[in-house]
Amino acid sequence: MTAPRVLILRTAGTNCDVETAYAFKLAGATAEAVHVGRIFDAPDTMHSYDILALPGGFSYGDDIAAGKLWANEFVHRLRAPMHEFVASGKPVIGICNGFQVLVRAGLLPGDEGLGVQTATLAGNDSGVYECRWTHLRVEPGPCLFTRGIERAIEMPVAHAEGKFVASDEVYGRLELGGRVAFRYVTADGGEADYPANPNGSHGGVAGICNAEGTVLGLMPHPERFVERTQHPRWTRPGSPTVGHGLAIFENAVRYAADRAS
Amino acid sequence: MTVQTVPLLDASDADLERISRDGTLSLNLAEMRAIKAHFAEQQRDPTDVELETIAQTWSEHCVHKTFRGLIEYTEGGRTETIDNLLRSTVMRVTHELDRDDCLSVFHDNAGVIRLNEKYGIAFKVETHNHPSAIEPYGGAGTGTGGVIRDILGTGLGAKPVLNTDVFCFGLPDAAHEDLPAGVLHPRRVMTGVVAGVRDYGNRMGIPTANGAVFFDPRYTANPLVFCGTVGLIPVDCVDKRVDPGDLIVAMGGRTGRDGIHGATFSSAELDDTSENLGSVVQIGDPITEKKVADVLMQARDLGLYSSITDCGAGGFSSAVGEMGEKTGARVYLDRAPLKYEGLEPWEIWLSEAQERMVLSVPPEHEEALLALAAAEDVEATVLGEFTDTGRLEIYHADTRVGDVAMSFLHDGLPRITKTAVWEPPPLTKWRPPRPLDMTDALLQILAKPNVASKEWIIRQYDHEVQGGMVVKPLHGVDSDGPGDACVFRPVLGAPEGVAVSNGMNPMYGDVDPYWMAALAIDEALRNIVAVGGFRSRVALLDNFSWGNPDKPDRLGGLVRAARACYDFATAFETPFISGKDSLYNEYRDTKTGEQVAIPGTLLISAICVLDDAEKVATMDVKQPGDVVFMLGRTYSELGASHYLALYDETGPDVPHVRPVDACITMDAVHAGILAGIANAVHDCSEGGFAVAAAEMAFAGGYGMDLDLRRVPGYGLSTEEALFSESASRFIVTVPEDVADRFYATMLAIGVRAVGRLGTVTEDTRFVVRDSNGTACISEDIATLKNAWQRTLPDSIQGETA
Repeated sequence: MTAPRVLILRTAGTNCDVETAYAFKLAGATAEAVHVGRIFDAPDTMHSYDILALPGGFSYGDDIAAGKLWANEFVHRLRAPMHEFVASGKPVIGICNGFQVLVRAGLLPGDEGLGVQTATLAGNDSGVYECRWTHLRVEPGPCLFTRGIERAIEMPVAHAEGKFVASDEVYGRLELGGRVAFRYVTADGGEADYPANPNGSHGGVAGICNAEGTVLGLMPHPERFVERTQHPRWTRPGSPTVGHGLAIFENAVRYAADRAS
Repeated sequence: MTVQTVPLLDASDADLERISRDGTLSLNLAEMRAIKAHFAEQQRDPTDVELETIAQTWSEHCVHKTFRGLIEYTEGGRTETIDNLLRSTVMRVTHELDRDDCLSVFHDNAGVIRLNEKYGIAFKVETHNHPSAIEPYGGAGTGTGGVIRDILGTGLGAKPVLNTDVFCFGLPDAAHEDLPAGVLHPRRVMTGVVAGVRDYGNRMGIPTANGAVFFDPRYTANPLVFCGTVGLIPVDCVDKRVDPGDLIVAMGGRTGRDGIHGATFSSAELDDTSENLGSVVQIGDPITEKKVADVLMQARDLGLYSSITDCGAGGFSSAVGEMGEKTGARVYLDRAPLKYEGLEPWEIWLSEAQERMVLSVPPEHEEALLALAAAEDVEATVLGEFTDTGRLEIYHADTRVGDVAMSFLHDGLPRITKTAVWEPPPLTKWRPPRPLDMTDALLQILAKPNVASKEWIIRQYDHEVQGGMVVKPLHGVDSDGPGDACVFRPVLGAPEGVAVSNGMNPMYGDVDPYWMAALAIDEALRNIVAVGGFRSRVALLDNFSWGNPDKPDRLGGLVRAARACYDFATAFETPFISGKDSLYNEYRDTKTGEQVAIPGTLLISAICVLDDAEKVATMDVKQPGDVVFMLGRTYSELGASHYLALYDETGPDVPHVRPVDACITMDAVHAGILAGIANAVHDCSEGGFAVAAAEMAFAGGYGMDLDLRRVPGYGLSTEEALFSESASRFIVTVPEDVADRFYATMLAIGVRAVGRLGTVTEDTRFVVRDSNGTACISEDIATLKNAWQRTLPDSIQGETA
């Protein structure tokens, strides 16, 4: 069996493509960072890939709002191939700016389809960009990326606009469907206030998935914790021996491999 | 389009001086006369383009004429002539050490050392002081963007992998009515500078994981902003060459009227009219630079260009002038893409508009390069070609607007003799007649802005992007203790790590710039060693920010500092690989007529390759029962210390660096980390032993019980043992079961100054016992930490940028 192929899209201002590719490679996939312009030229090439990743960064400078301009390109220039990719059930992950793009493009929560935005990621309550590590509880639900992850995990956030905001109806639907994939918690698993909840997200929402569990978006960076020595306290006794983010990539790769076979 | 000729041939000396002043040329009379003589030979006046080109190329900013000139230096009644201070100190040590791992030193935009078989590591630190004084956000942002371009323009281009930033500001609690006319409040400067660095570095996707901030009232009108970048470069891309016939290609941002005269502006003193020179400061566009970086790395690996440099000070004039120095160049200014119409030729030529690189491209690669750039929406334009004429020929369409011999441009600068004098300040040793309670003294020092936590700044920088950070800036059980240096993997999956640190302590310079420089080197090295680096694999950068070098006392201090750089880099076997100077950091208060210079400030940046990125240590204590050792001797050296500053006093007894002992101590610490025995290491710096030990305790979340009598040193008073800032000292903790072995090994390898001070305790009390065995310091670690954490957040309340 050949390793699943990951398409990591990049554009002006994308800056986490290299470490995202590294994480997927550790998880057993082959990964390519491709400029979105090449996809404009040949949209069908998207379908030769098994997994799509939108990495972190500041696409187009986050002008207007974080991820807005790149989201417009997916809605208006890549509507058909994007729709087809998601509808086919292939895994899609958006990290940080990639999450902002998926939300602004309507791919998350995704219930109304591409182009209909029903939630947003607003400015942090703290008012500034912040880089810090967070504790996350993985909620049971349909998300293919979190299968088998039962303990609370740690990952860093680094953003200025990460506060998840949605109407009560949308938020309620996510909760009912088990689609809040990650929730900020305190170190001992309790409900988080600032700074454990770094942005003031409603209900501590850190990441959500679509109803099928195939599209995941999250503000924390799983690709920044795929090895032991990336943990901020790895030199202290009792620190994690493996990177907590790696399982998320491994789940996607395993799912894609199973689909192909 | 208009090109003026400037009437030099008939100009009197007074006219020459006026022309220089009115045009912000920052050329002195001797230089103006040399230009006049050069054009007199050709029996014509220069065009504005030509005169401006020469002014940029000859600016202090670009050519470092103080450092490379002649200095008549007097010290202790003896006068001597120094021919090229740079070559006789900083560059000399590199030449004499001749270390194999130095791949490129001093001649490119950054120095390069070897990482492994395949890659080199480039490192450069720049200043952006004057712009940041006028417009903190734009000045600091473009400072960051500029040094990133230095890295992109080193060799055939390095990939930026780390940023480091060091700032000097006025006091954050300064009273508004005490500010000189036309000066921004230090708080406003600080928030603006931090935001500028943050927004540029974060958007470029470069981790910012090392830095420092220093506060002193003399930086109020002249804040200092040092921006540094580390790059990763394949070893076969370190060299570059321009051949005649190669095309001159400009890539990146468009050219506008912004940033004109930045190079000459930064070679002048400031006053309250400086902000009217609005065009000298720009606002950066990091996304444009990111796009350029993305394209360059691909084009480099495809071999599409033969040389590259960035457009920094002087814009195209410097970039093309430097690249074509050995060949010649012909440029067509009308081909440069402009932000808007209406620029005169000299403005296009001098504009310091951001995010522009200049490449030399063999004609056969033109098409491929332009196509690659276009595919990623990056503008690239052929401006002309390199020639074999030895002349810099500048055209606007068919009109020749300038024609200068490269030899005059690069070698025609008359050498000037400057006068320097150094006299030690009249100081006498001072000790408080009635010392404070030592716990109070510790709490007060922890809260001083220069010691207090910088977490408010650090958290705004993305220090995790690129995924390689192994030793982060903050440590301990709550990830908030102050790290000594960062360590990162420049290549994911590879074993090597790179450690980066800095050392800077201007207050020692008030007593003696010689020891200030020695201590800055010692501090930068200590920080590297504390995380696991090996002393004699360190490479250094120097950044001198000084007052007006035309004033003999300012220049005298500079000479002493430069000489210490030679002496101590030689002793530590650590070459300088690149450096920079920023002079004329003075401000004239037109309200009071008072002239204020910054304290002579030397930033030493250090970089070191670690063969194994996992053989490192952090500063937080790890577990109760661990034994606390001190390595290195403490002396009666409270001069210019934080302790005496509590009494508004100083003294002549600043710390000295004793290099033989220092090398032994540093190498012993390194061995302890490599063996995996030393599980927490922190160097003693500002605030001395007491501050360092307290930081280790509260970062780790445990108490300590320490015995001051075990601190290595002779005849020390309690206050000296606690707060002397003596050099080359470390606190190391080791697990109890190996403590005896560690102690014996230290003695066996020749460390004479080693003391077993006590233990890490389960409770949260930080206790230090003096000669009677009674506690001279006893405080809960939460109280100590709170004192240390509160200062910065409290002082920036209500200030945002």
